Amino acid sequence: MKYDVAIIGAGITGSSIAFELSKYDLKVVLLERENDVAMKTTKANSAIIHAGYDPKEGTKMARLNVLGSSLIHDYAEKLNFHYKQIGSLVVGRNEKDHEIIDKLFERGNKNGVPNLKVLKTRKEIEDLGETNLHEDIDYALYAPSAAIVSPWEMCLSFAENAVKNGVALKLNCKVNDITKVGDSFEIETSLGKVESDYVINAAGTHADDIYKLVLKEKADKSFTIVPSRGEYYLLDKDEGNLVHHVIFQTPTEMGKGVLVSQTVHGNLIVGPDADINNATKDCVHNTSKSMAYVRSTSVLSVPSISFGSNIRNFAGIRATLKEYDDFLIEESNEVKGFINFAGIKSPGLSCGPAFGLEAVEILKGIGVQLNKKKDYEYVRRPTFFKDLSDDEKLEMIKKDSRYGQVICRCETVTEGEIIHAMHEIIPARTLDGIKRRVNSGMGRCQGGFCGPKIFELLMEELHLSYDQIYQDREGSQVVVCRTKGEN
Amino acid sequence: MNFLNVDLLIIGGGPAGLAAAYGAYNAGIRDILIVERDHRLGGILNQCIHNGFGLHRFKEELTGPEYAQRYIDMLKDTSVKVVSDSMVLDLSADRVATIMSSKEGLRKIQGKAVVLAMGCRERSRGAISIPGDRVAGVYTAGAAQKYCNIDGYLVGKRVVILGSGDIGLIMARRMTLEGAKVLADVELMPYSNGLNRNIAQCLNDFDIPLYLSHTVTDIIADEDNKRVKKVVISKVDENRRPIPGSEVEFECDTLLLSVGLIPENELSTKAGVILDKRTRGPLVKDNLETSVEGIFACGNVLQVHDLVDNVSAEGERAGLGAANFINNGEVKGDLVEAVPGEGVSYLCPQLITKEGEYVDLFFRVRTPTSNCKIVAKVGDKVVRSIPKIKVIPSEMESIRIKKADLLDKKVVVQLEAK
Repeated sequence: MKYDVAIIGAGITGSSIAFELSKYDLKVVLLERENDVAMKTTKANSAIIHAGYDPKEGTKMARLNVLGSSLIHDYAEKLNFHYKQIGSLVVGRNEKDHEIIDKLFERGNKNGVPNLKVLKTRKEIEDLGETNLHEDIDYALYAPSAAIVSPWEMCLSFAENAVKNGVALKLNCKVNDITKVGDSFEIETSLGKVESDYVINAAGTHADDIYKLVLKEKADKSFTIVPSRGEYYLLDKDEGNLVHHVIFQTPTEMGKGVLVSQTVHGNLIVGPDADINNATKDCVHNTSKSMAYVRSTSVLSVPSISFGSNIRNFAGIRATLKEYDDFLIEESNEVKGFINFAGIKSPGLSCGPAFGLEAVEILKGIGVQLNKKKDYEYVRRPTFFKDLSDDEKLEMIKKDSRYGQVICRCETVTEGEIIHAMHEIIPARTLDGIKRRVNSGMGRCQGGFCGPKIFELLMEELHLSYDQIYQDREGSQVVVCRTKGEN
Repeated sequence: MNFLNVDLLIIGGGPAGLAAAYGAYNAGIRDILIVERDHRLGGILNQCIHNGFGLHRFKEELTGPEYAQRYIDMLKDTSVKVVSDSMVLDLSADRVATIMSSKEGLRKIQGKAVVLAMGCRERSRGAISIPGDRVAGVYTAGAAQKYCNIDGYLVGKRVVILGSGDIGLIMARRMTLEGAKVLADVELMPYSNGLNRNIAQCLNDFDIPLYLSHTVTDIIADEDNKRVKKVVISKVDENRRPIPGSEVEFECDTLLLSVGLIPENELSTKAGVILDKRTRGPLVKDNLETSVEGIFACGNVLQVHDLVDNVSAEGERAGLGAANFINNGEVKGDLVEAVPGEGVSYLCPQLITKEGEYVDLFFRVRTPTSNCKIVAKVGDKVVRSIPKIKVIPSEMESIRIKKADLLDKKVVVQLEAK
């Protein structure tokens, strides 16, 4: 089968594009190297929907950020992924900070960010409920449209809506080569050949590698992605109420500082740093140096963070473009019909569906016939069992008694939800795949108690053997063999 | 929603909850309900298939499941009821528990008294922020024990263990017996955190080296980022900071963590129970009543124990405390505060009532100390002094004090040179 559009990469960029394109009469395929969507940059970041005052005026970043932020607000309700518009504060403590904050305010207004306000006294900041900030902080840019989100749920939601509406998703599908033959492309993948009229490159940190495949001998015309690693702390829910808005530090020449925020699940997230020296495209390594930096920098905003309540460290890789400070979104000059979405670093997550709209515009611009489907069916994420009312809970248990059995005690995730996750439109087949869908193992014990139980459920429900159960990536076996007595 | 009343509601059917039921039953309470989240009673004992349990309580050496079975049998012909596969989702200060199960759906049960016996959980990789790659192959020792002893799977074949807590030591032996190669046990402190007998029987007997004053400073993944390939350890200085240049690498596929236990007090907090920052368990009086009237606590949810025998004894006392509360109401009168002094990391109970002749205060010392004495002081007056040849943090200590001696508002327990 020949596709109209092949999208490479099922992170937030590729999934958002697939989602928007699935609204048209197009044959679309979404190719993903990993065994699930949202497996790279999308799953390890600050989980923030930025308001849009950061990017320079006139950039694609500025435009797509502000647009994306409002679209995500609407889609969160429509598709039922976790999202909370809690607003953000850029906090300052001296004259120099005040100047920068004033400039951000102006820039935000030019970018079209709604309802920005500069808070010029400590009292105004405390009146918003922020009483745990460092005593020096006396000035802030308040952006009520900023929000927090579950990035993998959002990505999954876009991808499953795309699949539900006809997009073919190919997981474990690594792109090995791309060749333009006549007016279309032949994509050699680990799952065989895929043919398509147009290719959209949304391969994140590997976008330059993918572009070079199609450029062939003109590989030197490619942009270069410089991976930048950022590390985070994720703290127990005990610490979740330390702040009530996303707290950013004033950006300076020294860097953007680190943020402190609640997550949609009620934890506290602290980070990131930005390290390009110890970063490779697939490395999500934590280092003691970065962790120390995050700790010592964050307490300048919130001195009372108790890092003893940490439950997880993680690192994310951002795809930064060398010597180019904007997203690179355009049809290639070298290879017609090949469209790059490259350098999608922060605020990439905040753009979400805006990438899809951008892809639609580019395709229209190069003469692709786009007709909207008449019958588009939206799929909603299931509400977490623990968030249901008592009556709704009873109803669920009556329908399927497995909803009465709690498997993850820290996050109150039931067997019914876990089984459901294995049969979704994009089914979970790994411990972490289940975790991203229903939140099991996200809590204090980090899967120590529920891990072995979910392992058993995966084997039973999907009729898999123990060596087919993975923690996350394909092949990441949870157990390696039977014990002596079981052989 | 169904609403039920019982005299005594016990949350957790592990060793603490079982003993609490036994204690309360012996004190005359008949309407007792144990709520257990797992399928069977016994809690973590069910996966502790090694022996060494019960030397104090039953004067014989039992395995974990055997020990649990003793208590299950002791309750067999009593009126104590059990609901299993049931999770307590919420607990209020007026002792109403919201309980969920597949069989019963949701219901609320109010106890005239409640005993908290939810146990503890293991500290994970995040709790100690171990640097390195984030890949499969890093497990808490207890999770590896569950895979091994209950489900029949080995989590790895070449293993490094961080921490010398008892579960880690037991798993070093267990995995060796199952054919894995345990390359090292690595302990941050200059002394072990497990029982001496476990160091001897689980490490020394199998020639597994114990690296004291060392920690894991890197975890390195295989080429495909799938699984642990190497663990790097470093020696630490007196401030527990890694010393550059002291790295030792182990080629392995697994890192097990045995780096401490944390009482599981989410429900306690929901009911408004005040926790002690030192024990991370509820603040209790010597009848084991928490800061919330009629709610009692025992076992690892109260303080992390090293011997199940002590958990049982504490459970039985909590059962007795709850029975007295049901029969006679709240214990009245002034309370004496028990305060940890020099060399003592915590005291439990933290408050002492006037009722009864004696109080036993449980505690751990901060560092291993030889030729010392444990001293209890009221004001300047020494009310009890116990000479000790050696005390270590991994073994819980206790001191018995006559209540008649408690003439002040507080009693301090400290470690002094002999």
